Amino acid sequence: MIAELGHYALVLALGLALIQGSMPIIGARGNDTALMTMASATALAQFVFVAAAFAALGACYVTSDFSVLNVYENSNSAMPLLYRLTSIWGNHEGSMMLWILILALFGALVAAFGNNLPLRLKTNALAVQAWIAAAFELFILLTSNPFLRIADAPFEGRDLNPILQDPGLAFHPPFLYLGYVGFSIAFSFAIAALLEGRIDAAWARWVRPWVLGAWMCLTLGIAGGSFWAYYELGWGGFWFWDPVENASLMPWLAGTALLHSAVVMEKRGALKVWTILLAIVAFSLSLIGTFLVRSGVLTSVHAFATDPRRGIFILAILVAFIGGALALYAWRAPLLKQGGLFAPISREGALVLNNLLLTSACATVFVGTLYPLALEALTGEKISVGPPFFNATFAPLFVPLLIAMPFGPLLGWKRGDLLAAGQRLAVAAILAAITVAAAFALQRGGPVLAPFGLGVAIFVMAGALVDIAERTLVLRIPLAAALRRAVGLPRSAWGAAFAHFGMGVTLFGIVAVTAWGSERIAALKPGDTVELAHYRLTFDGILKRAGANYQDSVGHFSVRRSGGDLIGALEPSRRMFPSREMATTEAALMTRGMSQLYLSIGDATAQGAVPVRLYFKPQVLMIWLGALIMFAGGALSLSDRRLRVGAPRRAKASAVLQAAK
Amino acid sequence: MTRKQRRLALIGSGLGVLAIAVALMLNAFRDSIVFFNSPSDIESKHVAVGTRIRLGGLVKNGSLFHGNNLKVRFTVTDGSREIPVAYQGVLPDLFREGQGVVAEGVLDGAGLFNADTILAKHDETYMPKEVADALKRSGHWKDDYTQRTPPKEVGK
Repeated sequence: MIAELGHYALVLALGLALIQGSMPIIGARGNDTALMTMASATALAQFVFVAAAFAALGACYVTSDFSVLNVYENSNSAMPLLYRLTSIWGNHEGSMMLWILILALFGALVAAFGNNLPLRLKTNALAVQAWIAAAFELFILLTSNPFLRIADAPFEGRDLNPILQDPGLAFHPPFLYLGYVGFSIAFSFAIAALLEGRIDAAWARWVRPWVLGAWMCLTLGIAGGSFWAYYELGWGGFWFWDPVENASLMPWLAGTALLHSAVVMEKRGALKVWTILLAIVAFSLSLIGTFLVRSGVLTSVHAFATDPRRGIFILAILVAFIGGALALYAWRAPLLKQGGLFAPISREGALVLNNLLLTSACATVFVGTLYPLALEALTGEKISVGPPFFNATFAPLFVPLLIAMPFGPLLGWKRGDLLAAGQRLAVAAILAAITVAAAFALQRGGPVLAPFGLGVAIFVMAGALVDIAERTLVLRIPLAAALRRAVGLPRSAWGAAFAHFGMGVTLFGIVAVTAWGSERIAALKPGDTVELAHYRLTFDGILKRAGANYQDSVGHFSVRRSGGDLIGALEPSRRMFPSREMATTEAALMTRGMSQLYLSIGDATAQGAVPVRLYFKPQVLMIWLGALIMFAGGALSLSDRRLRVGAPRRAKASAVLQAAK
Repeated sequence: MTRKQRRLALIGSGLGVLAIAVALMLNAFRDSIVFFNSPSDIESKHVAVGTRIRLGGLVKNGSLFHGNNLKVRFTVTDGSREIPVAYQGVLPDLFREGQGVVAEGVLDGAGLFNADTILAKHDETYMPKEVADALKRSGHWKDDYTQRTPPKEVGK
């Protein structure tokens, strides 16, 4: 019964989306306010029905209703409640439900809190949002219905893929989708602006919070996925340049570029046409990401939807939205008015450079990800484009970006002074030089480039601090006055400094762990020891332990410093899931400062030895700490008064509305 | 600078960065692409000794041999041809005889494939796409390889 209600709610949501996508547009063309205001009401109603459908699916999972095919295939009554909930999106159908839930949520938020938007812009944007929603709701209903029943309900479900039974999965996909789908708002607003043929700096002010929110969630989602892969897959890598990872990195790069170009547009009225294009591109890349993951064209660590109809359906959505948007752009963008002038050396110029490098880096990832697919389709030749390709293309474009990063905020708008900015950054440069020298002195046989990588990371971090120091005049005026200035500084300035600092922290972690991480592989019998990077591990033996729906074989290892004193124990395990006859590797981690010892074990061999993989990961936690700092920077910036969806404007907006009536 | 000059500078620098990106990509494509081959491909294409490739097929039943220090030997077959593979390290969770596998490494002069990476499969029913296609081409595909639908996972 609940499943049928959910199915029905989804059909109703589709109907509402169709109304929301058509009627208000007609109203906007004919200046009919009553029709235009329908957009908000239908957006809210659509959200209610999508949420109801999602809740119905959730109820089927919680109650373990195995007469529903989707629940039978992906759940098991022995699973803890948390994983029964997360398995809602641990499969194709359910994750598409999450996709449209978030899409509808964003639409409803625009409807509810967009009171200060011009009615026509809001109406058109909500209509575009409804087209996207309708397309994906149709996709779910026609090809990926999660509410299908099985005639003879089985007694027990097939269980969620064990590798996904992990707290990391609870939050990684939702955040990723919040990011992906969040860019749909920028997309809808861009299309709405193109439909109207009018755009001004205020557009950027309205769109920026949404882009910022989406960017924050995407940052956290990518970092979460990377962290999950690091500890769950048992080989300690944090980034594989896997096509599915690239699919999430591309919208992030485009979104980061959009975030920066929107600043130029908001402050200086320049780069309008470019910003609109980026808004279209960022969401298009999100759609392409969805297509890559959901269509089954990829061989990756993420398994597939094998039904070819799904791939074709998503491809059709992709072509319709991206093609349509770009055609509209080509047609209408020339109508948009030119913006303000600026010299090449200026804040605007720096942000243009940022955009050029980010979009080029994004393009290399795009080519590297899609080239194998294109080649296979055209010639049948199968190739893999792996980390060497991306290291040779992405890195050379990203390094100049990082070096230029501290300069940007120190340049003035319109016309900047590069020399003065350089002088202010002297402290940062000196710190970076010291870091490079120290790294060279301390390192024994690491890559030559690594100390320079650390230098760049320190330069970026110190640059962000210099930016704040310059704005607060700290060390130059009395501390109390500097503190007052710090409090008075716009939160968006703090946010930018935080985000840039976080980028430096992440870079530091990546360089350190890539250059100086070490690894030992050995087959151990109880009593054996293995040494790695100042640590000595003794294998004490294997214990069997029973879990909720699995059997653990836990290895116990005592960890000592090379000097001899015991500092703890590591307990990696092999986890056997009988319902799927599948085992996973549960690595054990020991945190020492920002570094980690990482240990995973394999199945014991016939001779009774246990294969062991031990890694030392220096500064590895900084990779994700940096992402958290970036997220915090975004949050600070989002709380800026300037961006807050303005209460004081409401009176004016409703006055305009009444006048229109 | 006039508006026109500034726009030219903007477009010029844009094209400059793009040209660098394209040059980097072309260069990387020459050096860092790995081709996928089935055992039959290796014979028919005369893959050169020392070229980095991916080898895919089924692990032949009864061919897995564990040596000391986590050294393993096994044979990859696509039904018509076989290639012996040597690897040192921990095998992925679901490496099994009779199952699909993809190994990355180089072929030596004696016809032995020295793998440095064995790609992890995710699930007992999942067959790497390349392997499935190779098996279909050599006519050794059995429908029961996909009888149970592979589990669908959420995307990153």
